[in-house]
Parts: sequence; C-alpha cells; structure tokens
Amino acid sequence: MLVPIAWLKDYTDVQVGTDEYVSKMVMSGSNLEEVDYTGRGIEGVVVGEVVECGKHPEADRLSVCMVDVGKESPIQIVCGAPNVKAGIKVPVALDGSHVPGPLHGQPKVEGGVTIHKGALRGVESNGMICSCGELGFDDKVVPIAHRDGIWILPDDAKVGEPVEKELDIYQDIIDFEITPNRPDCLSMLGMARETAATFETGFTYPDVAVEEKGEENASDYIDVEIKATDACKRYVARVVKDVKIEQSPWWMQKRLMLAGMRPINNIVDITNFVMLELGHPIHAFDIRQIEGGKIIVEKAAPGETFVTLDEQERKLDESMLLIKDAKKGVALAGVMGGLNSEIEADTTTILIEAANFDPDNIRLTSKALGLRTEASARYEKGVDPNLARYANDRVCRLIELLGAGTVLKGAVDCYPVPKAPWSVEVRPERMNKLLGTSFTTEEMIHMLERLEIGVEEKEGRLICTPPTVRLDLETEVDFSEEIARMYGYDRLPVTLPKGNNESSLGRPETLRRMARTALAAMGADEIQTYSFVSPKDADKIGLAEDSVLRDVVPLINPLGEDTSVMRTMMLPEMLETLGRNYSRGNAEVKFYEIGNTFRKISEDLNVLPMEADAMTLGMYGGDADFFALKGMITEMLVNMGITGVTFVKQEENKTFHPGRCADVFIPRTAGEGEDPIYIGTMGEIYPDIADAYGIGTRVYAAELFFALIGEQASIDIHYEPLPKYPSTERDIALVVDEKVTVGEVEELILANGGEILESVKLFDIFRGVQVGPGKKSLAFNLVYRSKEGTLTDEEVAPVHDKVVEVLEKTLNANLRAM
Amino acid sequence: MQERIQEILNEAKEKIAQAATPEDVEQLRVGFLGKKGKITDIFKMMGKLDKEEKKTIGPAANKVKNEVDALINEKMAELKEKAKQARFKMESIDVTEPGKGYKVGVKHPLTITMEEVSRIFMSMGYSIAEGPQVETVFNVFDGLNSPPNHPSRDLTDTFYITEDTVLRPHTSSVQVRTLKTKKPPIKVISPGRCFRCDTPDATHSPMFHQIEGLVVDEGITMADLKGTLDSMAKQLFGSNTRTKFRPHHFPFTEPSAEMDVSCFVCGGKGCRVCGGNGWIEILGCGMVHPNVLEVGDIDTEKYTGFAFGMGVERIAMLKYGVSDIRLFYENDKRFIEQFK
Repeated sequence: MLVPIAWLKDYTDVQVGTDEYVSKMVMSGSNLEEVDYTGRGIEGVVVGEVVECGKHPEADRLSVCMVDVGKESPIQIVCGAPNVKAGIKVPVALDGSHVPGPLHGQPKVEGGVTIHKGALRGVESNGMICSCGELGFDDKVVPIAHRDGIWILPDDAKVGEPVEKELDIYQDIIDFEITPNRPDCLSMLGMARETAATFETGFTYPDVAVEEKGEENASDYIDVEIKATDACKRYVARVVKDVKIEQSPWWMQKRLMLAGMRPINNIVDITNFVMLELGHPIHAFDIRQIEGGKIIVEKAAPGETFVTLDEQERKLDESMLLIKDAKKGVALAGVMGGLNSEIEADTTTILIEAANFDPDNIRLTSKALGLRTEASARYEKGVDPNLARYANDRVCRLIELLGAGTVLKGAVDCYPVPKAPWSVEVRPERMNKLLGTSFTTEEMIHMLERLEIGVEEKEGRLICTPPTVRLDLETEVDFSEEIARMYGYDRLPVTLPKGNNESSLGRPETLRRMARTALAAMGADEIQTYSFVSPKDADKIGLAEDSVLRDVVPLINPLGEDTSVMRTMMLPEMLETLGRNYSRGNAEVKFYEIGNTFRKISEDLNVLPMEADAMTLGMYGGDADFFALKGMITEMLVNMGITGVTFVKQEENKTFHPGRCADVFIPRTAGEGEDPIYIGTMGEIYPDIADAYGIGTRVYAAELFFALIGEQASIDIHYEPLPKYPSTERDIALVVDEKVTVGEVEELILANGGEILESVKLFDIFRGVQVGPGKKSLAFNLVYRSKEGTLTDEEVAPVHDKVVEVLEKTLNANLRAM
Repeated sequence: MQERIQEILNEAKEKIAQAATPEDVEQLRVGFLGKKGKITDIFKMMGKLDKEEKKTIGPAANKVKNEVDALINEKMAELKEKAKQARFKMESIDVTEPGKGYKVGVKHPLTITMEEVSRIFMSMGYSIAEGPQVETVFNVFDGLNSPPNHPSRDLTDTFYITEDTVLRPHTSSVQVRTLKTKKPPIKVISPGRCFRCDTPDATHSPMFHQIEGLVVDEGITMADLKGTLDSMAKQLFGSNTRTKFRPHHFPFTEPSAEMDVSCFVCGGKGCRVCGGNGWIEILGCGMVHPNVLEVGDIDTEKYTGFAFGMGVERIAMLKYGVSDIRLFYENDKRFIEQFK
C-alpha cells in the first residue's frame, strides 16, 4: 500500500520527518515494506515552453524545438517524441542536469543519468525534453496522454521554475505492508486513522456534503434490486448528468500517480481516487447502456459469457455475481466492469455504483477467472458495508468540486440488512494480566479512544464500540493488542515465566543424536535432502516392480515432477548427492542422512501416512569398500546398544552388485515379532546405477530403517565387571573351499566352544599357491576364559580339540599348523 | 699372590678400557667375575691359604672384585648409552611429514542450528515435541484460527495431498497436537521440516525448517514472551544482542509480534547484512489466541500462553554468513565440512 505522506495531511496534522514517522508507525503496528523518495535525483530540470517546433533536416522522427526555459532567449533542443508541438509546457533537463531515468529505450541506471548538451544528427541540442519515465515515474502510472512521448505539463506551470518544486513531486512515499486482518488500512483514511492514533494529532473526515444541484432524482433514472442477497449486502447508486469527460486537474493526477495508479480521465480518476482514499471500490457506468432503468444484482447463469473492460470474453458459472440491467450483464460484480457500459469520451450521464460484496464470493470468482483487480483485492479482504453511501457521496462531491457534472438528488440505496455497530465488553484487569502490565482504566480508555474506539465504563468493565471499518476488533484479546501497540511493545515489561518444567529431549531425538555422534566419530558427514522426490527414482535405482516402496503419496500441486511425491526411501537422494559431489571433484566422501519417509497406511489419502525415521549411508573413494561400510554400521549399532548384528548375502536386490550386497539383521530384544529383525540392505551399488547418478567409481551405500533400530536400541549403558581370571588363547588356521564363508566357520566355532569360549576373531585370510586354487586359508584367534578360575590346559584341550574336529569334518577343512 | 691379584686388576683395567661393545664387556665380566673367571679363581684358591695370608689376601681380592665389577658396570652403561644415541640418530624423523588421516565427521549446519536452539530452550525447561510433516488441514489452519479465506491456504502457497491433508507450511501444527494431548503447564519446542510453494532461489526453498515454541500456564504474560525470546537471542547471537518487538498479525496469536535482533555483524550501526537499518527480523510470536487454546479444551480464563516460530535456515544463514539457501540442500562436502 503506497502512502504519500503529504496526502495523509489532508486528514491529520502530522508534522514529523519521514524517518521518525516511519519508525513510530512501525512500532504502532504498520509494517514497512520500503520508503520511496519520488522526485529525488531530479536536479536542474526546469519548466519550459516550446515556442517553435520544426522538422529536423536529416531525420523525419526528430523535431528541432526552441524552448523558453526562463532565460534571456530560448534554447534549441532536438526532441524525438511524437507529441511535441509548439505552445506546450514541458520538463526540460538543461545541460549538466540530472534525472533519475531510465532514458527512453534504455535500461535503468542506478543513481540516475546526467544530461549533457550535444548534437543529434548534426543539429545542436542544449538539453532534453523529458518524459514521465525519465523523471522517475513507473510506466504503469504514466497518464495515458503522455505515455508515448514527453510529459506535457499543466498550462499554469511557471516557466523556468525547477520542475520537481513546481509540480510538487518531491515527495516521500511509504510502502506499508497491510496484514490480512486490517483491510481498513488499504486506504489513505485508514492509514490516516493509524497515524492520528500514533501521533495523537486528531482526525478530520473528507468533505462529502454533496450539493445535488440536479433537478431530478436518481430514482427517476434507476431502480436497484438485489436478488443474490447472500453475496451482495448493499448497493448504492447515484446519477450524475452533464458530465464532461476531460483530464483531471494536476493535483488529482499527481496523487494517483504517487499512490501507484494511472490517471485516465476525470470520472475514472475520481472513482480511483475515492477507492484509494476510503478503500471502497467504485464503479461508474454510462447510463445510456443501462437498459430498462434497472440494476439487478444476481448470480450468472451457468455457462453465461461476459466481456469485461479488458475486452476478454469470460465464461461464468452460477456462483459468480453479475450486475445486470433489465436485459444483460453490465459488470462482473466487484471484479471488473463490462466493456458494454464503459465510460466513453462522449458520455454525459453516469451511474455511480458503491456496492458491498461478499469477500469469499469475490475471492473465488477472481481466482476462478484468474482476474485480480484493485477492486477485487479490496473486496476479498473485506469492506465495511456502512461505507458504501459515504463513498458514493464522496465521489459525487468530488465531481462537483471538479466541475465534472451535475449530481442528481438522492441515492438509490438498497441495504436489506444494515450492519449495526457492535460492542465488546472487556476487563481491564484481565488485559493487564495478559500483557504483564498495570495500566489504570483511564490509561486504557485513553489508548482505545486514540483509535476512535468508543469506550464506556460500566461496573469495572469497558464497553468498547469500534468504528465499523474495524472488522478485526471482535474479542477482548483484540483490544488487548490495541492497547499494547498504542503503549508500545518496546515499553512492555520484560520477565521470565515463573513456572518450572522438567525438560526432555524425547526418545526419537535422543536416538538420532546417538547415531550422529557415532557416525561423526567415524568420519561421516551429515546431509539433508528433500522430503519430496521424483516418482522416477524407483526405476532409476532398479526397485522391484512389486515393491511397496513404489506406493507413494503424491502432491496435488507440486512445483515440478522432481518434487511431486513424498519419499518412501532415501537412497536415491543419497546417490544423487554422492553424484553431485563426485562431479564437483570431491574425491573421498562419507555421508549419512537421518530423515523421515512416508508410507501409505490406507488407500484413502485423507488418512495421514506413516512417517518413520530412515537412514542412509553412502561412501566412495579413500578406504571406502563393503567392509568399511559394514564396520561403520556395526559400530553405530553397538553405540546404540545393539550387538549381534548379522549380514546375510543378498543376491536378488537389483540396486546392488549381486556379489557384494547383504541384508542386515539385528536380534530382537524388545517387543514381539520376527527375530532377528530385518533392518535394511547394504552393499556396493550396481555399476549401471552408479553410472546413472554420475558416480564414476565404486560406491557403497546402505538404507536402514532407523525407526526399527530405535525400537531395539538401548539408551542406558550396561556395565559388566572386568574378568577376575586370565584367559587362554588358541589360534586356528584352516584351509577351506572359497565358498565356505567366514560367518559359517565362526558359527561352528561358537557353537562348539562351550561355555568357556569367550570370543572368536578372524585375523587373517590368505590365498595363493601354498593353499591351492579355489581355496583360502582362514586364521582365527579363540579366547577361552572361565568365571570360576584360571583355566588349565587340561580344561581347554578337550574343548579346543572338539572345535578342530568339527571344523575338519563339517567343512572338509585342512588344518594348518600354527 | 698379592702380585697376581694386582696383575689381574691391571689386565682387567686395560681390557675394559679397550672394550668396544656391550658384548665385549659381557665377555670380560665372564672372564673375570664368572664362575671360571680369573678373580673367582683367586677366591677358589683361598681355601689353600693359611690364616695369616687369608687375612691379607681376602680383603685385597674383595677390593679388586668390587673395583672390576664397578668398572665393568660403568663401561657397560657407557656403551649402552652410546648405542642408544646411535639408534636415536638413525631413527630421527621429518616431523613436518603429514599426520595420519583421522577425521571426525560434521553434522549438517541445520542440525547444528536446531541443536543449539534446542539446547538454549532446554536449559529454560522446554521439552522437544515432534509432529508429522504431512498434516491435516485442521491442524495447520482451522485449529490455528486461520480464517477460511486466508491466502496461505491457496494452492499457490501450500502443498496439498488432498483437500484435507497438506504438507505442513509451518511447525505451528505441533501447537494444536500438543494442546490436544497435554495439559498445562506446557513448555515445548518443536523443530522440524516445513513446506511452501516457493520456487528455489537464493532466499527461498520449497522445503525449510522451523522451530516452534509453545508455553501455556497460569499467569503467562506478554512480558514473559519478551523476556524468554530476549534471553534466547542473547544466548544465540551474543550477550550484547538487543531485541525489538513490533506489532504484527498471525491468526493464531493475539497480540502478535515480530522480533528483530540488533545486527550481530555491525552491532546495530547498519551494514549489508541488516540492510542498513541495524535490525534483523528473526521470528514471529504472540500470545496464544483463546480460540487455539479452546481446541485443546484448555480453560482460557485460567490459562494463558505464548507461542513463537523461527526459521532455522534464516538463523543459520545469518549466523554463519551463508548467502544462498540452496547450499543447505546441495550437500557439497566442502560446504558441510566448514561447520566443524
């Protein structure tokens, strides 16, 4: 909302500098977008009068002008604008002057442009005749008359005077951000009310004393009927005769331009002026086009079409509100007028409409048609119906003041259910309790009255009656906020809550932190990727056709396909991240991510999906290999209190190298169900898939169900006393077929080592000519220990011999001497 | 006999002096003091001597034995020291060669920021509450007193899964969940992911993180809100940080405010980071609207509360000077590893 400070001074006598004005307004609740200093950067530009205008000898499009700039003799300026002619007043940038720009046909230059004299196609030019744009006005506010050329100034501008002073465009404009609860502030009057409340400068309403000099009554011309009373609360019509369509006076054009609107002609300008001033949209019809002397407000017929002012044919539905005459639609209510009833140059009698429409209806229509206007923006936020008559009167009063027409007597005001002012009972002690303050009732009354809220004290309570434009003031807390902001949030006391609470991190976050700490210690960096992904990921990682992970939750309105479904797994994004790092030359990478995945639990998408924590690990380069990843997973689990993880070869998973992939299982220690529990899959990524993600080296990754790990994790630390008695160690080396796994051998040893076998650990694998082709030698260290006493050779020997014997028999192993 | 003893001593002195290695010295020890050593032999012969001779030879032999023993020990020590010094010389290393490659991994900067803010609030007695990212329209809008026509409900603002389920556009939905399940006193924060229909650019991301806070108890005031957030800001951005509360509007709080912190780069003088005005907007907050408390059947006469919500990316960007929000989701190792 663009607010020229000077305009506000019509209603309230605020006398502070812009900086102070802005900072106090911000603290009282008006949010600042930015301050725009129109006219700053104009220097040495004066009002000139074109006294002669001739053709350039060398160029058809150029004119050579003699311009009186208040000096002894006119100066010669070459001008390229089509609308330059003798006898007009224009802004002239003299030699050495400065304009904000941009210059015609050139890009905007930060800090503006300095104008120098020179020659154009061989003819001397001692400056530049300026357009509106060159003096810093945005294209969208330039009056139609000057849009395609230089700016033709009002006839009464004084030649030789600095243009920014003569035209009074050296103004500070504040762009306020208006929050949705304060539609009343989408107007100069609303901002003036806020200003008056903030600075306590009093408040004057604009002049609406319409003289009504016409002989006839508005009702002689028009009859109004509201059929759609749900969507139209009020319709006020007035009629103006003897209309002369011409340009508005400069003061009005200037205000519209500074507030961001383009001047068009006096009638349209007045309606826009009142919309900006009061926040009430106004529409003017050429009464010649209103058939049957009737205005009917009703819903459109299904499929009805209507051509709006912008010459677009709109297809309507039965929810949309139309303003009709006896025969046809003449305006799309609250959104845009019809082309068929537009004000034209020869219009003489007009109907002024100030109507009140339902915010939701206008919002939905505007959205459905993709047509948003200044009027619809205001209606959809809410307009006070009590303002309609006042706004219409203000339009008519301005028409009289500008001599633009004769207002007929009376108004046709159709207001079936008037909105009465409302009162709210509030309790001063309760408001103090909420704010942490100790205002007296008198202080509160004073602060509320600054906002034009009527206050009556009754048995210790305040009966507050806000102005009816303040649609937001409904309950006690609303008035508490008014008091707080009038007093100043910065002046409220500063305390801490008195109560005490015990504090808890919660189990999910505790577990995540345990995992993060362990993984960080092992050198892995954490990543964070999007929760929404591409549906193509499943194919890209070769996910089985019947995998439940393909059953994704889709978005209705994604930004693009890449982010159109909620992830059921995180591996694709891990691979994408590894690929991005690989392509950027990061040679050695170890990453992990903990995040949630989304799994449908019903075909009905209104049932919220299950959100469970998942985890990915990924690594390439350096010492990354299958066993580095396996070791990292194992150690992380141990750090979360989970021992006994097992890895089972998995040859069917198409995401991974069929020879280097394992399903991961952990023993169940809590809850009921399968044991061991499948917690995910790990391995070397299938080479074609690594390629697809642009990773040009072996890459190892795992996706684990972190939530399942969490269920089995133990946050508590378990301590066991150190052993009292020494251990006895034995080593075994055996030559076995390649197909025999270390896991098998370990299992056999553990199964036969009895109670005294404390641990078994592989310490060497050897392949070579000594052991023969297709064979390998495995060396294990076995630790025997008893809790009862020091083991003797006699106690260990029978156990160890049995282990050796079983290995030889079961695995056809050949034991080597150690 | 006396002479023989003297001879042995002289011989021992000479040979010990000549010894070049600990092995040589060990041989001499055997040769003189061993079972068949020359000095041992003297003692063996003692039995054959008469009483008088024993009286003189005995002490003399003992003296020589002690002297030779001492000389040998001294020589041994000297040679061992020499050998050690030689080994040190040989084993000398270039200490400027690189150390072995230990590396501690790094948490994501957004995790670091969330843990830091959580730590601050936990020190003030807050617990962590969590809520889902896919939420009901009730929990993100209606339950938070958001009017049916509020622009944030538009398809251009919020991601929808169905008409009644969305990706939560803010963590405020956890307020509704908490109010429905807990009874006052309530003091929670809820860090988490949020989603809005913003095309990614340097300052926008369709996915981002927020930390929501909610306090409901008897006698909670707006002054408490100010004090709590002022304390948080000082702990997070430094003890010189000042805060400024400006009126604002959110459907779920009344009164509502935005909080600015004094720019921690320029200290409030005005710089590029704060856009020249010395203040940086950091969060939205306010007193919980009675309509929201009523969703949790909380007695609005007895209890009051405050709530706040802050953007994690924004805080991380400001605190660490990150100029492009997209860097957080690109996960370039060179970016992440700077947050050690």
